Amino acid sequence: MSTSKEVYLVDGTRTPFLKVRGKRGPFTPVDLAVQCGRPLLARQPFAADAFDMVILGCVNVIADEMNPARVAALRLGMGDAMVSFTVQINCGSGMQSIDTAFRTIREGSADMILAGGAEALSHAPLVLRDDAVDWLGGMQAASGPLATARNAFQIRPRHLKPVVGLERGLTDPITDLSMGQTAELLAHHFGITRTMADTYAVESHKRLAAAQQDGTLDHEVMPAFDRDGKAYRMDDGVRPQSTVEKLGELSPVFEKPYGQVTAGNASQVTDGASWCILASAEAVEKHKLTPIARLLDSEWAALDPSVMGLGPVMSATPLLTRHGFGNADIDLWEINEAFAAQVLACLAAWQDDRFCQEVLGLEDSFGTISREKLNIHGGAISLGHPVGTSGNRIVLHLANALKKNGVKRGVATECIGGGQGGAMILEAV
Amino acid sequence: MAMTLAQYLKPSVIELGGTTDALGDGAWRYGVDDDQIGWLVLDCTDASVNTIADSVLRELDTHLDGIVAQPPRALVLRSGKAVGFAAGADIHALGDMEADEAETLLTEAHAVLNRLQGLSCPTVAVIHGAALGAGFELALACDYRIAVAGASFGLPEVQLGLHPGLGGTRRLPELIDPLQAMQMMLTGKTAHTKRAKDLGIADMVVEERHVRAAVRAIATGSVAQQSRGVMGKAFNLSTARSLAADRMRREVQKKAPQEHYPAPYALLDIWVEHGNDPTAMQTAEIASFAKLLQTETSKNLIRAFKLRQRLKQSAKERCNISRVHVVGAGNMGAEIAAWCAMQGKQVSVSDPDEDALGKMIHRATRICADNHKDRRATRDTLDRLMPDPKGYGLHKADLIIEAGPENADTKARVFADLTERMNPRAILATNTSSLQLSELGLHVADKTRFAGLHFFNPVSKVPLIELVSHDTTSTETRAQLMAFCTAINRLPVAVTDAPGFLVNRALMPYLLEALLLMDEGVAKERIDQAALKFGMPMGPVTLADQVGLDICLDVAESLNASVERPIADIPSLLRDKVEAGDLGRKTGRGFYDWSDGPPKPSSDAAASDELTDRLILPMLNACAECLRKGVVETDDDLDAAMIFATGFAPFRGGPMTYARARGMSEIRARLSEFEQAHGARFTPDAYWDKHA
Repeated sequence: MSTSKEVYLVDGTRTPFLKVRGKRGPFTPVDLAVQCGRPLLARQPFAADAFDMVILGCVNVIADEMNPARVAALRLGMGDAMVSFTVQINCGSGMQSIDTAFRTIREGSADMILAGGAEALSHAPLVLRDDAVDWLGGMQAASGPLATARNAFQIRPRHLKPVVGLERGLTDPITDLSMGQTAELLAHHFGITRTMADTYAVESHKRLAAAQQDGTLDHEVMPAFDRDGKAYRMDDGVRPQSTVEKLGELSPVFEKPYGQVTAGNASQVTDGASWCILASAEAVEKHKLTPIARLLDSEWAALDPSVMGLGPVMSATPLLTRHGFGNADIDLWEINEAFAAQVLACLAAWQDDRFCQEVLGLEDSFGTISREKLNIHGGAISLGHPVGTSGNRIVLHLANALKKNGVKRGVATECIGGGQGGAMILEAV
Repeated sequence: MAMTLAQYLKPSVIELGGTTDALGDGAWRYGVDDDQIGWLVLDCTDASVNTIADSVLRELDTHLDGIVAQPPRALVLRSGKAVGFAAGADIHALGDMEADEAETLLTEAHAVLNRLQGLSCPTVAVIHGAALGAGFELALACDYRIAVAGASFGLPEVQLGLHPGLGGTRRLPELIDPLQAMQMMLTGKTAHTKRAKDLGIADMVVEERHVRAAVRAIATGSVAQQSRGVMGKAFNLSTARSLAADRMRREVQKKAPQEHYPAPYALLDIWVEHGNDPTAMQTAEIASFAKLLQTETSKNLIRAFKLRQRLKQSAKERCNISRVHVVGAGNMGAEIAAWCAMQGKQVSVSDPDEDALGKMIHRATRICADNHKDRRATRDTLDRLMPDPKGYGLHKADLIIEAGPENADTKARVFADLTERMNPRAILATNTSSLQLSELGLHVADKTRFAGLHFFNPVSKVPLIELVSHDTTSTETRAQLMAFCTAINRLPVAVTDAPGFLVNRALMPYLLEALLLMDEGVAKERIDQAALKFGMPMGPVTLADQVGLDICLDVAESLNASVERPIADIPSLLRDKVEAGDLGRKTGRGFYDWSDGPPKPSSDAAASDELTDRLILPMLNACAECLRKGVVETDDDLDAAMIFATGFAPFRGGPMTYARARGMSEIRARLSEFEQAHGARFTPDAYWDKHA
């Protein structure tokens, strides 16, 4: 970091996050990226081809949209000459796109980059079983009616039972634990009770509903419109009427009957996209832009996949330590709400002396992160977790929230399936 | 970089085989390539499109002399023009010809095509772009047709009150299923690449880069010629043809009654008579074509065609407008926006009502489907069409089209807001139909960049736009808007800022007269029938429903307040409907019930000329007034506007052509009679005195 340039987050938008309701949603990942990218580009004083590159995080890429970053850039009218690539680090992909843009601008290789995340979990493919793939291959290779017939008879009904790609995607391949199970593990280790998790979840819904009502999200969330003429104005998974009692009636999803992670205290499965514009000081001046925040630094960390939920602790702590920041120096936190128990486990870990000393190498506990500073406008439990998008959204929203509250410094961080974590420090300008 | 990649790659090369270096001083160039394949390239001088004038065929005949003397291994015919193969015959020359003159000329032309067909070497037409009318007939005289992807084929003569005249009536039914051939000729519809291949018109479809290889394959005999199936042979029997023709005649009758449109019936007649005898068919085709050429219908339809061509070419400069912002996503705003996006413009649409913006996207999807846009083109259209509740697109737009409610105060507020946020170099246009630009302009910062673009409903189906100028609209603004209209594939007619402009001013007396007739107790079905019989595409009562009764009332009221000759009192019938919320098609009910689709008015009572005149003459009288006052510049512009905005019986050539044909003094006399009987709204305009 000898000669490093300053990097600003200038503007950003996202689509409403649309809950998956048992069938394919109206938008593919690129459709979503186009829906929120168009108004964002339209409100800029510069032309759409003024960017140096486009980077998009996307986990579940669909077959019609290989390298969705490039497809989106072209569909957004950013010009043939727009270099565009897609990044994937699972749940951190949307932050990885920002981080890659940040580092590229910081080293002076680019002045302005459009960095986003797009995910349509409702379009996650049904996957054929290996047996069925082999059978199809045999059919194609068979020559002559006899061979074809012989092969045709080898199919068994069980071969054709499709595998839901999303379900496999949310299962850790190394430990074979589902993401929900990793949260169960953390709840157990850190003594997070069902009531604590449900209480957290209820608050998430209330906060998002309030932010939707009072106009906090007006500049951030752009309505999306489908071909049937429907307008999607806001995140549609929010349940402001939800109570701890009502959530208490739900059964555990991942570890029946004694588990405590339910559909009510886990992030929702949704479709959504988000974009941020990152620019150098030169670009800010050239186009007369008004930045929202400065990106100070970022950090990635990796850990045991079975406790991937501690990713925020493992990534944010060394990042803060590097800059000499303590708990008191951070005004706002965005910790992606994969699971209520997982967020609460992170908070508990930071409060725990032994954990902080032995695992994080701090002298004392990091301290208590006040709920008043954390996810102040709700999170993935109330608005959903389109995996490739969430990391982008928390950075964008952190910037907007810092500005709105008139405070200086914030951290956006997330846990990442597979056992990683990502974190970023922003300062309001 | 001196040149972008796109510029470098742009000139798409047409495979010209042996003629690459050939010189020629006429329409054709001929050269033989290394494979001994002859390439005959049509490249009409001083024209961007090839037309098959008689000189073109005479020159072809001369080239055939050489080709017969020294036959190549195969002969290729293709166009050297980038846009396509060839349009039809020279319509301008044909229109002015006497019957026997035409017959002589056609007989000579047929002989040239027969000679081409009789060549001993294989003949191949390579078609890119459109092959229409005589162009298609030339290709039909070849043994093979190679369609370059994107090619289209059509025999649209019926739209000019004619049928094919260069052997098409014989050769197309010989090549493909005769019923399909008759359909193509009766409807004038174009077959695009895939359909042309399915029908058997094209032997193969290739990309331009494979043309040479495809030609070589034909020359070496590795491509079999299409053979006509069983169906074709069945129609060698005259009873089969006769039965099929009866069915087709009934179909045609629904859309094009014989008394107004003789051509399709003439075509069916000669097919029934001579469909099994190519030589007789050819002779009959020539005679029938020459005869049709003399009909008023054909002369008027050719005139309408020329008017359309003229309006298409009315732009004097390149369109510099690439971004359009539409204010208002109501009926009109949504259609305007969707149409502009489909035509390649970047469009943003602001409206506080997000549901209306959503409906616009749905409508745009449907318009794309109606216009046969494929998946990709539909996606690109929708990507270019941005619902924009906050008006982010405004500051970058080159043109802003205001399409909000017809209320002067609302519009004043909108203009004040736009003035603050729009690019000062942009043009501001209003789609108002009933308000005066001179007054609206008071709220506009730069009046020189303010004008009217009056679209008609539905924009995706009605091609006309009234380009309205007021006193201070600058010449550049007019020229740019003219260019914009043609760039979005619509037809502009310049009009002045008079109440109702031209089209509504002319239409309103006709609509109101219909309502008065209803008031007098005449059944609405009978009224509509009278107009339909005259040749209007829909009756006035249906039209009022279609336009929207609230809009009719708005326009009628504003006209009532501002025109010098009184128009009909607005019948209470209309006010009652509007008050009840029955606004016509858009609410599912107006004078008719639209819940099951458009009404089909039928009436047993015979339509009387009296009734027709009561409807049509008020319209003619208003047209006369507009001409006298210079609302529109020429008779031609007026006829074109009425044909392309209202569908005014095109076979009558437009209102003024109709008035001339009937006699201006008779029109005036008839108006005077009505004036005596029904009052001052029929007082003949001073225009008639001058021109009678």
